[in-house]
Amino acid sequence: MSERASFDVRKMPGFVAIAIATFLVLYAPIVTLVIYSFNSGMSVAMWEGFSWRWYQAAMQNQQIQDAALRSVIVATFASVFATVLATMAALGTTRVRPFRGQTAIYALINQPLMVPEIVTGVALLIVFATVKQATGYSGLGYLVLAHTAFCIPFAYLPIRARLEGLDRSLETAAADLYATPWRAFRRVTLPLMMPGIVAGAMLAFVISLDDVVITEFVKSAGQDTLPTYMLGQLRRAVTPEINAISTVLLFISVAIVSAFFVVNRKKA
Amino acid sequence: MTESEIAIRVRGVTKTFGEGASAFHALDNVSVDIRKNEFFTLLGPSGCGKTTLLRLIAGFDQPTAGRIELEGQDISHLAPFRRPVNTVFQSYALFPHMTVAQNIGFGLEMQDRPKDEVRETVARMLRLVRMEALADRRTDQISGGQQQRVALARALAPHPKVLLLDEPLSALDYKLRKDMQIELKRLQAETGITFVFVTHDQEEALTMSDRVAVMNQGAILQVGSPREIYDHPVERFVADFIGDTNFIEAELVADESDGAGTARLRLATGHEIATALPEGMRAPRHVTVAVRPEHAAFAAPGEPAALAGRVESIVYFGTDTHYHVELSGGGRFVLRRQNSRDAAEILATGVDVAIRLPRGSVQVLRD
Ligand SMILES: Nc1ncnc2c1ncn2[C@@H]1O[C@H](COP(=O)(O)OP(=O)(O)OP(=O)(O)O)[C@@H](O)[C@H]1O
Ligand SMILES: [Mg+2]
Repeated sequence: MSERASFDVRKMPGFVAIAIATFLVLYAPIVTLVIYSFNSGMSVAMWEGFSWRWYQAAMQNQQIQDAALRSVIVATFASVFATVLATMAALGTTRVRPFRGQTAIYALINQPLMVPEIVTGVALLIVFATVKQATGYSGLGYLVLAHTAFCIPFAYLPIRARLEGLDRSLETAAADLYATPWRAFRRVTLPLMMPGIVAGAMLAFVISLDDVVITEFVKSAGQDTLPTYMLGQLRRAVTPEINAISTVLLFISVAIVSAFFVVNRKKA
Repeated sequence: MTESEIAIRVRGVTKTFGEGASAFHALDNVSVDIRKNEFFTLLGPSGCGKTTLLRLIAGFDQPTAGRIELEGQDISHLAPFRRPVNTVFQSYALFPHMTVAQNIGFGLEMQDRPKDEVRETVARMLRLVRMEALADRRTDQISGGQQQRVALARALAPHPKVLLLDEPLSALDYKLRKDMQIELKRLQAETGITFVFVTHDQEEALTMSDRVAVMNQGAILQVGSPREIYDHPVERFVADFIGDTNFIEAELVADESDGAGTARLRLATGHEIATALPEGMRAPRHVTVAVRPEHAAFAAPGEPAALAGRVESIVYFGTDTHYHVELSGGGRFVLRRQNSRDAAEILATGVDVAIRLPRGSVQVLRD
């Protein structure tokens, strides 16, 4: 009996083979993409030698520069707005007595996680088309608004988790020591929930940076973000330039998500 | 006690949690006066409402009925940050994102005191609780006893009119606890602040307090000095909760020869003892009386005895010895005698004994 004392998935036949196959399927394409971003030739399939050529080309490409800047602007505004709203939502759902319809509120806040993106995209397209016609405004505002909406749940979850782990007696102690509710919030609650807020903002930023579907529906002409620009390029000739941009995006995302885990793990 | 001597006045305070069928009275019509500059202790078993009363005084909760005054001013519905009352929390509740010194200075800062004054007071408080060396440590990098002292310093720094302490010593080990008890007494004497101290440890309550309020099930049963509470418990719960007690059934009798407020107890043996009566009680009636084990004595041969029985067991405790006596009328009686080297006779188990109840050793209990 002793050698079967506990179930260990690692002892199952074929475990190693399946694990290797899984990692291969997941990461081989990405590794290939990164490698070919350094290809000196035009092909994304035939290796011709190492060069920074496509990175230089991408950096000098005016369209890419514009798209990248647009991506960063939209992601910055959207993540800031989403984080502020998510913080207020988290305070509103954890710092109060349980109330009727609380579950409905959770569902509403997390709606973007459940409704298919394409549906939201189409819906926003229709609404914004009407608004555009009525107001004549066709700037980046629509993209920021749309991104803010679907970023909220991603910002909300870490903030709420942080807030739920926060000892309420600290706020009581602050009130006991002559802090008005606002000052207790500023000096005690907010600093203690900061790691959650930072984590939420970073997650929201990455999610916004990454979005294709909703952006594709909502953007006006000439409002490509980096991902939609890349999608557009793929319809034409594919060069390792795309690989180069992808690699940069990949590293930004990995860096931010890693930072997210570091921040989120930090205990108060 | 005159009006100007009272720090906290609690009048008819009731606190109800929940509504309708599930309503629960955590406090039921509680009234008590706490004097200025006194070490006042709330003593009672778990769940009797000690924390609830403290929270009402601090302002974290509002009474369902009744009022609470601080030096004559009604504060029943004043927000906690407007009350010159500070709390040492059982969990300490130190701010984890601040240093020891920042924690201690927090209250003063929130009162917008000048920077110099804050710095000076914090330094003084650090000295007072002997934490100067750790002023810049984070609060999760100090020991439990040190956290306790920081919590104390933080609550004392704004020099409140009343300091509330909710079982601040219960998390400490025995040795540290003894040290902190002395420390607390010293701090109270040095600062002159009224302390309201919560504990369910009767020994702690007796040794530290000027006065003790014994609570049970949301009510205050008796308020008095440790001596009064111990020597003259008015209710069975109080007598039982504090120290060891013998309970004896007796008949209360009286005639014209007894003065007002006094009567005689007739025990099962027929022996009569003169006794004082609790307020409002009239003879004749059946009563339960309490006798502390050390207040009774063995009767010498020929001396009038109140009780008789046989020694069942003898337990030696070093400083004193406990004699468990099986009473001849049924029931048990414990008698405690101080040990001394020249104790004349040494009793043995199985020996028949007579027990004397000296004047004042018998306390008539209200039901
Ligand atoms: N917020 C609340 N809601 C409902 N019941 C409560 C609440 N707070 C306290 N109670 C109840 O009121 C009673 C008194 O509680 P309290 O905390 O005052 O007890 P305590 O004397 O401090 O006990 P302990 O020594 O265990 O700390 C308990 O039965 C408790 O369950
Ligand atoms: Mg309590």
